[in-house]
Amino acid sequence: MLSTEPIIALATPSGTGAIAVIRISGKGVIAVVAHFFRSVRGKRLSQQKSHTVHLGHIVDGARIVDEVLVSLFKGPHSYTGEDVVEISCHGSPYIQQQIIQLFLRNGCRSADAGEFTLRAFLNGKLDLSQAEAVADLIASDNEASHQIAMQQMRGGFSDEIKRLREELLNFASLIELELDFSEEDVVFADREQFKSLLTKIQNVLKRLIDSFSVGNVIKNGIPVAIVGEPNVGKSTLLNALLNEDRALVSEIAGTTRDTIEDEISIGGIGFRFIDTAGIRDTEDVVEGMGIRRTFEKIEKAQVVVYLIDATGFKENGASLKIEIEKIRNKYPQTHLVVVANKMDALSSEETNHLREQLPNALLLAAKKGTGVEDLQEKLLEFVNTGALRNNETIVTNARHYDALLKAVEEVEKVQSGLAEGVSGDLLAIDIRQALYHFGEITGEISSDDLLGNIFANFCIGK
Amino acid sequence: MFTDGYDVIVVGGGHAGAEAAAAAANMGSRTLLVTMNLQTIGQMSCNPAMGGIAKGQIVREIDALGGYSGIITDRSAIQFKMLNKSKGPAMWSPRAQNDRMRFAEEWRLALEGTPNCDFYQDMVKSLLVGNGRVIGVRTSLGLDIKAKAVVLTNGTFLNGLIHIGEKQLGGGRAGEKASTGITEQLVDFGFDSGRMKTGTPPRVDGRSLNYEVMIPQPGDERPEKFSYLQTPVLSNQRDCHMTHTTKLVHDLLREGFDRSPMFNGRIKSIGPRYCPSIEDKIHRFADKDSHQIFVEPEGWNTVEVYVNGFSTSLPEDVQYKALKSVKGFENVKFFRPGYAIEYDYFPPTQLKHTLETKLVENLYFAGQINGTTGYEEAASQGLMAGINAHLKINEEEPFILQRDEAYIGVLIDDLITKGTEEPYRMFTSRAEYRTLLRQDNADLRLTPKGYAIGLAKEERLKRMEEKQRKSDAFVNFFRETSVRPEEINPILADLDSSLVKQSDKMFKVFSRPKVTIDHMLQLETVSGFVEDNELGRDVLEQAEIQVKYSGYIEKEKNNADKLQRLEGIKIPENFDYSKLKSLSFEAREKLNAIQPVTIAQASRVSGVNPSDISVLLVYLGR
Repeated sequence: MLSTEPIIALATPSGTGAIAVIRISGKGVIAVVAHFFRSVRGKRLSQQKSHTVHLGHIVDGARIVDEVLVSLFKGPHSYTGEDVVEISCHGSPYIQQQIIQLFLRNGCRSADAGEFTLRAFLNGKLDLSQAEAVADLIASDNEASHQIAMQQMRGGFSDEIKRLREELLNFASLIELELDFSEEDVVFADREQFKSLLTKIQNVLKRLIDSFSVGNVIKNGIPVAIVGEPNVGKSTLLNALLNEDRALVSEIAGTTRDTIEDEISIGGIGFRFIDTAGIRDTEDVVEGMGIRRTFEKIEKAQVVVYLIDATGFKENGASLKIEIEKIRNKYPQTHLVVVANKMDALSSEETNHLREQLPNALLLAAKKGTGVEDLQEKLLEFVNTGALRNNETIVTNARHYDALLKAVEEVEKVQSGLAEGVSGDLLAIDIRQALYHFGEITGEISSDDLLGNIFANFCIGK
Repeated sequence: MFTDGYDVIVVGGGHAGAEAAAAAANMGSRTLLVTMNLQTIGQMSCNPAMGGIAKGQIVREIDALGGYSGIITDRSAIQFKMLNKSKGPAMWSPRAQNDRMRFAEEWRLALEGTPNCDFYQDMVKSLLVGNGRVIGVRTSLGLDIKAKAVVLTNGTFLNGLIHIGEKQLGGGRAGEKASTGITEQLVDFGFDSGRMKTGTPPRVDGRSLNYEVMIPQPGDERPEKFSYLQTPVLSNQRDCHMTHTTKLVHDLLREGFDRSPMFNGRIKSIGPRYCPSIEDKIHRFADKDSHQIFVEPEGWNTVEVYVNGFSTSLPEDVQYKALKSVKGFENVKFFRPGYAIEYDYFPPTQLKHTLETKLVENLYFAGQINGTTGYEEAASQGLMAGINAHLKINEEEPFILQRDEAYIGVLIDDLITKGTEEPYRMFTSRAEYRTLLRQDNADLRLTPKGYAIGLAKEERLKRMEEKQRKSDAFVNFFRETSVRPEEINPILADLDSSLVKQSDKMFKVFSRPKVTIDHMLQLETVSGFVEDNELGRDVLEQAEIQVKYSGYIEKEKNNADKLQRLEGIKIPENFDYSKLKSLSFEAREKLNAIQPVTIAQASRVSGVNPSDISVLLVYLGR
C-alpha cells in the first residue's frame, strides 16, 4: 500500500548549526504538530492557511523543548504533495533529537532514504528526471553544478527530448502509414524531409552528448593532475591552491609517495587536484610504484599541470623539454600547462632564458603565492563554460548520457538505412528503438530497475 | 429434441462462428452451431477477398493453429497476390480474391465433415444463466438447449439497422432479418453495449461494364496460397480491374448529401476511418478530384461484380446516377445498392484474454460483437474463443498468445486492454515486433502450440518440423559453403554490386541487399543442394529471409525479450486501484475497469501514462 503515514527527518545536515529544519510529511501531520505547538499569539495551528509561518514553542507536556518557527504546506501544494510541516528549531543536536523523538513517540516514523522525494514522485509532483535532479541538487557543491541541477529540475532537459521524440514519432507514423496502406493511394513520407529531421535530431543529440563531458566534470569536478620531477614544489603549489596544508611537504626529493586529491572551487567550477609522485626514472621500489600511479592519474585527468623547478632549468632544461613532449604526445587530448615554480629565485637573465625556451610556460612562486591567480585563470580557460553561461541544456546524468548514446546510434542506423534505400518496415525497427531510448530519459517507458537506482541515491530528509 | 445438451454452443455461422465451432469440435467438444439461416454459413458479407496487409498474416496464423480459414480460402480462390513484395518480409502479405458462393459452400462442407459438430437453424433469443454462469441458450421457437459454454458471434445482426438514403430497414445483412433479445438481456446483466456502423458498396452486373477502358489487375505470375497443408494452387486466375471516380462523379454524389444518413444525423454511430464510404472520402478530402475503384469479380462463373471503393449509404438513385458516370460504368446495371448498417457491440474491455466475459462465466464473445471489422479478425477471435471454451470446460489451462507470438495475440490484447471506439482492424503497425510476426513463419511460431492443445493435427506438425529442419540445414549450408570469385562475380556484375576478390562464405554475399535466392540458385553448388535435399519453395523463402534479415530479426527478438520482463510482473487479481491516490484519476478508473494481469498490459491501457506505471512499479515493490 502506498504509505501516507507521517514521516519525519532532519532536513538540514546533522551536527550543530545556528538552526536546523525538521520536516514532517503525511496525512494529518498538521494536527499532530498542532498538538505539541503553542503559538506565541495563541493561534490554532490547524486553522491556519497553507504556506504560512508561525512562531511558538514545541512543548512536551508542561516542558518547553524549544522556541521554533513552524511552516505549513498543505497538500497537494507541497513538496511531497501531502501535508508538510517544517519546524525550524535551534541547531543543537540535542534539541533536534528531542523534537524528533517527541514526534516519533507520537505517530511519526523515521523517513527512509529518499522517502520525501519518493512521495513527491508518487504524487506526481516530479517526473523521473526531475527526481534525479533533486539528488544532484542536494549533492551540488559549486555554483555551476547547482545551476545545471536547477535547470533539469525545472524540466528543461526532458522538455527538449520530448520535443524531439514528438517530431520523430510524427515521422514514424508517416512511415507506418505507407506500410499499412501501400495498396491505397496514400502520400508517401518525404524521405528528404525525413533525412533533414534526422540530421537535426542527430545534431541535438550530439550536442547533448558532448555536454555530458562538461556537465559531468562540473558535477564531479574537473580532474587536474600535477606532475613534475620530485621536489619541484608540487605539494607547495597544491597547498597554495588549496590554502591549507593537506599534502605532505619536505625538502627531501620524492616525499610525496602517494597521490592525494582535493577539490576546490575556482570561479564557480569545481576542480579536483591530484598530486602525484614525479615521473623521474627510479630504482626505488616504492617510488617506482608511485610513478606508475602518476601515469594512471594523468590518463584520468582533463588537465595536466607540468611543474618544473625554475632554478634547475639551466642544467636539466633539455631533458625536461623532452619529458614535456613525451606527455604531450602520449596524451594529446589532455590539456597541458607547463608551470615554472620558484621564479622568485631567478635572475632576470635566467628568467629571459626560460621564457625563450618555454614560451608557453606560466611563471610563478608557489611559496609566496605570486602567479597562482594566473594559473587559476588558465585552468578556467580549459573549461567550456560557454554552454553554461548561455543557459543551454547540459547532461550530467550517466543514465541519460547512456540513453542519448544509444539513441544517436539508432538514429545513425536509420540514416544509413535511408541512404541504402531500406524498406520502411526495417527503418521502423530502428526508429522505434530510438523512440524507446528517448522514452528512457523522459520516463515515457518504465523499466523496473530504473526507479530502484534513482531512489537509492537519495539521502534521508529529502 | 436437445435433451442431452452440448459442451459448446456457438451462436452465429459467420467467420467467427464457423472457426469457433470447428475448433471446439475438433478438440473434442460436442458442439452445436445455431444460426438463423443455415444457407449463409461462411457468408462473405462484404468484399469477396481474404487476407491483405496484416490480415493475410492472421489467416496464416489461423491455419498454423489448425483453423479452417486458410484451407477454405485456397479452395475457393480465384486470384492470389503477395502484396508488398518490394518491402521487407514483415510486410509481405498474402491476399486472395474468392468465389463468394464457393467460399460459403466450402465452409459448410468443412463443418459438415467435422466430427462432433451439429447444426440447428433458429434464432437465439436469450442466454440461460445460472449462478453467474451460462448454461445454455433459448431460441425464438422457445427451445432451451443446455451447454457448458456458449460463444456469441452475432456479427452485425444484433438489432441490425440497414440504411439506404432515408430508408431504414431492420436487418443483419441485405435480405436477412436482424436478431433481437440478446443485447437487452446482456445489458440487464450489467454489460455495456454500444452501436457501430459499417457499410458496403453496390453489387453490379459484370456484363454491363466496359472493361476495355479499365486497367487490368492480374494476380501473381507464380501464385502462392494460404494454407501450410497441401491445398490447391491456382493455375488459372481471374483479373480484377481498376478505374477512377471523377469530379463529375463527386458532384453527383454531393447532390445527395442532404439525403445521406451519414450527414443528416440518422447514423450516430462510428464507422471505420480507414474504410470510409465514398461520400465520407469526398467530404473529408474535398481537394481530391479522383479516387480509385477496384472492380472485383464475385466468382469464377457469376457475372456479379463487387465495386470496391464505392461503399455508400446514399439513396439508390444517387448511387446509380454517380456510378454511371464512372469510366467503364456508363451502362451499369445494379444487382443491389450499397448500404450502411448499424449494429450492437459490447466494448471488449469486458472480456478476459480468453475472450470469456468477466461478468458471465463460460460465455465467450468473438467477432464484430467485440467491435472489430474484417473476416480475418473475426475468424481468429472465433478460433481462440472456441479453443478456450473447450479448455475451460475441461478445466485445462487457458490458451493465450502473446504480442510477440502472433497478430492474434496483439489483436486480443488490444481489444481487451484498450477497447475500441471505431471498428477495429488489424495493421502491422499495431504489432511492436512485426518482423517476428511474418506470414512465412506462422507455422514455425504457432503449429507446435496448436498441436500441444490438441487442435493442429500431427500431419501439420510434421510438415512444419520438416520445413524447419530443411531451412535450418539450408541456412547452415550458406554459412559453411564458400563461393569463388569466378563463380559469383558474373552474377554480382549483373547486379551492379561490387565484386569479391577472394573466396568468401555464401552467407555474406547472399546478405547483400540486391542478391536474391534466385541469384544464388544460379550457382551450381546451391541448385545442387536444393535438388539433393528436395527443398520446396517454402524452404527457399524461409532460408532467404533468415539469411537476409537475420540482423533485424535478432534485434527484434532482443527487444521482445526486454518487454517480457514487464510481462513477467504480475498484478494481483481484483487489485483495488482506487486506493492508489497517486495514480491519475483517469488511470484509476481505467485500471479498475480493465484489471490488467501484468504491468506490461497496464502500460497499454489508454489513459494510463508512464508515471502511473512508475507508481505501480514502486507500489508493487519493484
